[in-house]
Formats: sequence, C-alpha cells, structure tokens
Amino acid sequence: MLLLAPSAHLRMIGHCLDGLPLEACGLLAGRPSTGEALICYPCRNAAASARVYEVEPGDHLKADRDAEARGLEILGVFHSHTHTVAYPSPIDVAQAPDPAWHYVLVSLKDGEPVTRSYRIVEGKVTEEPVVLDGA
Amino acid sequence: MPQVRLPTILRNHAGGAATVTSAGATVAEVLQDLEDRYPGMAGQLRNADGSMPRFVNVYVNDDDVRYLDQQDTKVGDADEISILPAVAGGCGR
Repeated sequence: MLLLAPSAHLRMIGHCLDGLPLEACGLLAGRPSTGEALICYPCRNAAASARVYEVEPGDHLKADRDAEARGLEILGVFHSHTHTVAYPSPIDVAQAPDPAWHYVLVSLKDGEPVTRSYRIVEGKVTEEPVVLDGA
Repeated sequence: MPQVRLPTILRNHAGGAATVTSAGATVAEVLQDLEDRYPGMAGQLRNADGSMPRFVNVYVNDDDVRYLDQQDTKVGDADEISILPAVAGGCGR
C-alpha cells in the first residue's frame, strides 16, 4: 500500500499536467518507518520526451539531501504516461532502480488523471492500493 | 575523512548506514574502499572493466563526477560524496 499525503498527491498531479505534452517525473519522500509519502519533489525530465523520462540527476541529489535534512527518505518515483495507461512499461520494469521503492504512474490519457502504484521486484510487477491519508 | 552518502538500495550492505566515511583520496579509491569493506557492493558501483555503470551517478558535493575528472576526481576530508541510482523509464512508445 502507498500511503500518500493529499498535498503530495496534488503536487504530483499538478507537475504531471504542467509537463504536458512531455512525460513528467519526480520523487516521493516520507518516513521509512511508516512508509508514508509526505513530500513530492517535482523533478525535470532530463530526457524531455513524451515517451521516456530520466529524473534530472541534479534534482535527484537536491531532493535526496532535502529529504535527509527532514529525517525523511526517498520512498519512490512517479512519472506520467501521457497517452498510455498507468501501468509500468517494459522500460519502467527493466530500469526500476530499487525494489523497496514505490513506482507511481499517472496516466493523462483520458483527461482525468489516473494514479496507480506498483512494486517492482526482480522484474515482477505488483499493483498496490494508493491511500490518501490525512497528513 | 570524506563522507559517502549511500542510496537506500546499498545501505543493507553497510549495516543499514545512510552515510559512511572512506579514506580514499580519489573517487576511484573511495569506490574501491567501499567494495573492499562491503563486499555486497562489489559489482554494483563499477563495471567489470572498472568503468562506472550508466545507472549509477556519483557526486562530489554538488558536481557529477562525469563532468569533473570521472573516477580520478580528487576528494578531501571536507568533501561529501553522494551515490545515487539513475532513475529513468517511460512508456517507450
């Protein structure tokens, strides 16, 4: 289950919409003890593409440092699929960097954003519920 | 000694530590030192030929070592080295 603070959720959706027509991406940070994602760090898509994304490495470093300073940790990554469903592509699966992370997809295919979250462990994709909590 | 910030995926090889110190004077020496002390990291920080994998980004303070002297980049006591995974993907079509 991905516990997601509503403010982080809104910021994530806003960043994905702002990124159109390109894929947008960013990182989610929270308390490792509870697994609750509290902060969304919008990042630049270094690939600047509608088909692929690469979290701008410098943005990743800044997010990682900021999270650490708050006693938090990067718990996952999100990106948009602008014209396909919110399911990890073969590229997403092949390049998933950390089996402990949440992999959040925001599909903008149908106008209304659709958010889904997955675990990707050794190439196996498992969907998990997204719960917006009251944090 | 320089501080090395580890990504979450490598921390279990270092007893869960988020940050470790290393006596290395260059990035190459720091990576070698990590591999020697934490054998679980071997093969994850460098390719078999010693080059850095595309999916690993190493910073000295704010600078990506690919834009400095790569693994020959010198590090001193006051420097902070950050190792982060490259994060990429996309719908692909």
